[in-house]
Amino acid sequence: MQQKIIVPIKKEVRDKIIEICNKFNNNPGELINVLHETQGFLGYLPAEAQELIAEQLHTSTATVYGVVSFYSFFTMNPKGKHPVSVCLGTACYVRGAEKILESFEKELGIMPGQTDKDGLFSLTSLRCVGACGLAPVALVGDKVYGRLAPADIKGIVKEYRA
Amino acid sequence: MDMIKLTIDNREVEVPKGTTILKAAQTIGINIPTLCHFELEGLGVHNKPGSCRICVVEVAGRRNLAPACITEVMPDMVVKTNSMRVINARRTVLELMLSDHPNDCLQCAKNGRCELQKLAIRFGIRQNPYVGGEQSNYQIEVSPSIIRDMNKCVMCRRCETMCNEMQTVGALSAIERGFPAVVSTAFNQHLEDSPCSFCGQCVAVCPVGALTEVDHTPKILRAIMDEKKKTVVQVAPAVRVALGEEFGMKPGTIVTGKMVTALKMLGFDYVFDTDWSADLTIMEEGTELIGRLTKFLNGDKDVKLPILTSCCPAWVNFFEHHFPEMKELPSTAKSPQQMFGAIAKSYFAEKIGISREDMISVSVMPCLAKKYECSRDEFKVNGNPDVDYSISTRELASMIKQANIDLATLPESEFDSPLGESTGAAVIFGTTGGVIEAAVRTAYEVITKKSLPKIDFEELRGLEGIRSATIDVDGLKLNIGIAHGLKNARKLLEDIKAGKCNFHAIEIMACPGGCIDGAGQPLHHGNSDIIKARWEAIYRADKEMPIRKSHENPSIQAIYKEYLGEPCGHKSHELLHTHYFDRQTVVEVGSDK
Repeated sequence: MQQKIIVPIKKEVRDKIIEICNKFNNNPGELINVLHETQGFLGYLPAEAQELIAEQLHTSTATVYGVVSFYSFFTMNPKGKHPVSVCLGTACYVRGAEKILESFEKELGIMPGQTDKDGLFSLTSLRCVGACGLAPVALVGDKVYGRLAPADIKGIVKEYRA
Repeated sequence: MDMIKLTIDNREVEVPKGTTILKAAQTIGINIPTLCHFELEGLGVHNKPGSCRICVVEVAGRRNLAPACITEVMPDMVVKTNSMRVINARRTVLELMLSDHPNDCLQCAKNGRCELQKLAIRFGIRQNPYVGGEQSNYQIEVSPSIIRDMNKCVMCRRCETMCNEMQTVGALSAIERGFPAVVSTAFNQHLEDSPCSFCGQCVAVCPVGALTEVDHTPKILRAIMDEKKKTVVQVAPAVRVALGEEFGMKPGTIVTGKMVTALKMLGFDYVFDTDWSADLTIMEEGTELIGRLTKFLNGDKDVKLPILTSCCPAWVNFFEHHFPEMKELPSTAKSPQQMFGAIAKSYFAEKIGISREDMISVSVMPCLAKKYECSRDEFKVNGNPDVDYSISTRELASMIKQANIDLATLPESEFDSPLGESTGAAVIFGTTGGVIEAAVRTAYEVITKKSLPKIDFEELRGLEGIRSATIDVDGLKLNIGIAHGLKNARKLLEDIKAGKCNFHAIEIMACPGGCIDGAGQPLHHGNSDIIKARWEAIYRADKEMPIRKSHENPSIQAIYKEYLGEPCGHKSHELLHTHYFDRQTVVEVGSDK
């Protein structure tokens, strides 16, 4: 018989998620808003949080996971200490953003949506940061790097590894 | 009623307002092809996502093609169901679906029953212009009951509708987007780790081979051929009113005698009847009911009421997952399948002088959850299961066909003795309301010590999702609740939790209609007339039985005398009762994509 696994979720995290659900009247129609706020608070949506949200909104965990996996905005991986976002908007794309993203993948050893095993870097792509004049653009944390070439990436990563 | 006149394929038709083009066309014999659309009329089952686009038709004045299954008729509408534009669009849709569908039809479990295959035949598909593109590559998942091969999924969402809306189980959902989109569980966990009840209704409605049952027939054939093993088979009540359909007989044909002959020809050493252990279940569950009622009437406030039936393994899984705090309410009586297995491998094995290891116990069930049930650890003795293999009605049909036996032309024969004698009360276990009616027939006579004035309790019968009735047991008013379909079960359970319920006893079956529409039955492809015909046949079979009350079954009386002692006694508890687990769904820590 299957063993019941106690879900390790800190009490304050649990309380905060319940508070968010209550704010939306535990209405399953507000699932996306609840997920949005929870991710805003936690930085990601671990399985345990989805389970709790499903329970609070009287819906199934499968439904919650269906929504989380549908929208690329939602992530189940905690962000790294230095979240890297590569812009794939039109302007950046035509100026070689794909190669920039590839360079980050190679340098960090992770794919978009993933976090490295030290929790130092995570990698995502986004659409336009409003700095098209600097294309192609990437962000590390809040810092913007513009007019990037694939050869620049190694140096940028090194700055944060130190 | 407002009627609307329209023209379909140059023919005038008049239908009530709100009718879809699909239904309107059917009234004049025009059969528009569908795929995702699924409906079981009278049982509240609907899946109308309008997403596959196979049913598109041309509506004069409308720019794009309309899906007939969700477009309602309008006055003076002019519809073409077979124009060149329509035919080309349908072909393209089908060709695109086939472009990411495995071509292994010959080895597919759904070969010959696949709705996608039928469309390919109907549209005369001979080649596909869209080959060579990306192919889905999902791992095939095997659970004790169900095989999921999502490479064959056509995203009709029927399984999701059954799982979430009909059964409120919540195991399945569409996940991901774009090409990787697929129907799966939360965090892609294994079905066994999900809240799945193994009711199998997803399998019963899957148009293709994406969801199928685990096939045990090769293992059973080997056991039959093994001279060192004695094979014992039991057949559930609902099988005898449906098996004939697989051999071209009219739905609702009762084939009990022919089925017994076929099982003997297949080589089973002993052909017994789950109806026998259904009678045994009534003795145990009925005694438990009377025991709890007596305590209640004597003022015991702690007594657990209402008592819930426990015959249906999908229902057992459901409350273990969703209502574990109420696991003291259901009867502790094992299901008839497991009672039979326990007696076969103890009492009967002793009687014929063999060890339980030398006996292979097989059940034929209208059900897929039974496969899961017989694999549960508490139904094993030293690792040896009471029921080794459970097969569906469909699997039995396949075994009979493989053995070159034509069921329709067989003579009839009788079940073997002693585990083959049964009553009308046991037959009606096969449909919603039947278990509780059988229990009432016995409880009435045991409580009052009088003979029932009328055996048929019409007030307990029907196909409405939730029913209730008050039975007058010689002055004692017994409040009975009945639910079928887990959505309806959930409603009753929530009422109990809220203290809004004054029932003494509740019968619950997981599948809509009860076992007659179990997931192991011949596929009905959305024709609810088939289910109604089986339902009528169950009550006909009851009427035809010479004995119609479980406690009057002479072989049941005999086993209590020579082996079990009394119902709910020491030996009965050991062999015929079980306990339940808290299996609230758990998240694998750290599990993700």
